[in-house]
Amino acid sequence: MNHSISILSPTAILGYGFPESSFEAGLARNPDAIAVDAGSTDPGPYYLGSGESFTNREAVKRDLTLMIKAGLEREIPVLIGTAGGSGARPHLQWCLEVIDEVLCDLNRNARVAEIASDQDQDSVINALHAGRISALGPVPQLTEEAITNSTYIVAQMGVEPVIDALEQGAQIVVTGRCYDPAVFAAVPIRAGLSEALSLHMGKILECAAIAAVPGSGSDCMLGVVDASGFTLEALSSERRCTVTSVAAHTLYEKTDPRFLPGPGGVLDLTACHFEQLDERRVRVTGTQLQKSERYTIKLEGSQPAGFRTISIAGIRAPDLIEQLDAVLLAVRERVFTNFQSIDQADVQLLFRVYGKNGVMGELEPCREQLPHEVGLVIEVVAKTQSLADTVCSFARSTLLHFGYPGRQSTAGNLAFPYSPSDISHGVVYEFSVYHLMTVDDPLSPFPIQIKVRGVT
Amino acid sequence: MKLSDLATVIRSKNAGPFELTFDVLFATHDDFERAVKSEVLSANKFAALFHIPVSDVLSVVEFEPALAIKVTIKRARSSGAFGETDVYGAQQHAPLLSLDIPD
Repeated sequence: MNHSISILSPTAILGYGFPESSFEAGLARNPDAIAVDAGSTDPGPYYLGSGESFTNREAVKRDLTLMIKAGLEREIPVLIGTAGGSGARPHLQWCLEVIDEVLCDLNRNARVAEIASDQDQDSVINALHAGRISALGPVPQLTEEAITNSTYIVAQMGVEPVIDALEQGAQIVVTGRCYDPAVFAAVPIRAGLSEALSLHMGKILECAAIAAVPGSGSDCMLGVVDASGFTLEALSSERRCTVTSVAAHTLYEKTDPRFLPGPGGVLDLTACHFEQLDERRVRVTGTQLQKSERYTIKLEGSQPAGFRTISIAGIRAPDLIEQLDAVLLAVRERVFTNFQSIDQADVQLLFRVYGKNGVMGELEPCREQLPHEVGLVIEVVAKTQSLADTVCSFARSTLLHFGYPGRQSTAGNLAFPYSPSDISHGVVYEFSVYHLMTVDDPLSPFPIQIKVRGVT
Repeated sequence: MKLSDLATVIRSKNAGPFELTFDVLFATHDDFERAVKSEVLSANKFAALFHIPVSDVLSVVEFEPALAIKVTIKRARSSGAFGETDVYGAQQHAPLLSLDIPD
């Protein structure tokens, strides 16, 4: 059987860029689709919570221009997973606006499918009460409060809504939150190829050339899936896929490389075989998919955690560095003694000491060595911005002039790199939902809208 | 010999916002076997190194196809929550570098 499907993955995250020469090399292989992952939870809870993208608009537009131009010229679909970085409603709209601009610049129009992934609070609360929600790993049990406090709750869609959009003739598919491999696997699965192989290939392609050596998050990769396996090829002449680089990528950001859970089932890699075809290509066979009894989707949500203010300073005085822990404790006490009216439950005050457990915190095994200088971040998260500003300012001024035992440097304890010294961040967020929800079918949580966009 | 002399890749990263995962990769099957046999990356040793209860070590997987040992632990707090020191979890691997691999 000669039937095979090729997918071109230009970059690890839409907006991270890629060399045009690699992209051209990929197009020369006549791919059946161009697909890209645009999202991640790695940059933390702020982006899902605030509705902002963690990628830069100009950089996203640059990548999309090349992808959409090639897709329309070649009449192959362009698929974008987890638009805007987190895939909630504002992220999807943000990406669609960029697509509109690109289409207008190209003087083209296209049938664009947008697939929403927002889950309304009531339906999640109903699912919670119906026992259809479970924690994903070491996550607190979900509560109604966490659901209602979340600014956006998204669910990761599987391949089904993406395939449905393609069936409806979409030339460009833009999804809300999406299981990373889905936009890569949809086209081969729709063509009748193995779900297991297509999804496993998608798992690797979603990070593009990160799975090559030397690895890169901003270079292209080609995946070709056929009846018995799939082949991966790095498209820059500087890079190659090796058995180790591809197998190693299977570990990336996962708990267990042998079993990779996703919507509707678990990819089982225990019988996988990785084979070096030639210097640049690796072939993978033997991936299996254990379908789950009930279709399960992953929910993600983020909630406001208060307002943050920080102040950055350095300390060089050896006598202060030596007794810093005690001094910081005393400063903390002074702050709360001075403002008796402040409810301590409304304020969190933290001194980060870089040079001493600043990077690893409680995980740091190396606790005894004294550095010759330390970087200090005074951080306050409080119920209001003005309260955070007040507490940070007072902690900073108290520490600046704090008279610790034996102090000789009586003019000031802190070296500030900036004026103003304090920075107000605005609202900060924390992950509130990271749970699995069973659903009746893979399509209904993810409504699809198709319309012609671009020049009319 | 130190683990950093035996392994080709030693890294840490979030595995979702609530877990932190460590990958140690080797160039040859012999090196991989040697590291596995040394048991320096056992759940107990890992817990002691990072000052965490052994119950917070969620899994230790020896993945032969990638010549890799993978250890996943519970994060002290969800990524980016108050008190976070490393949102991506990418700089938590350093204590592994100097682990001693017996001859």
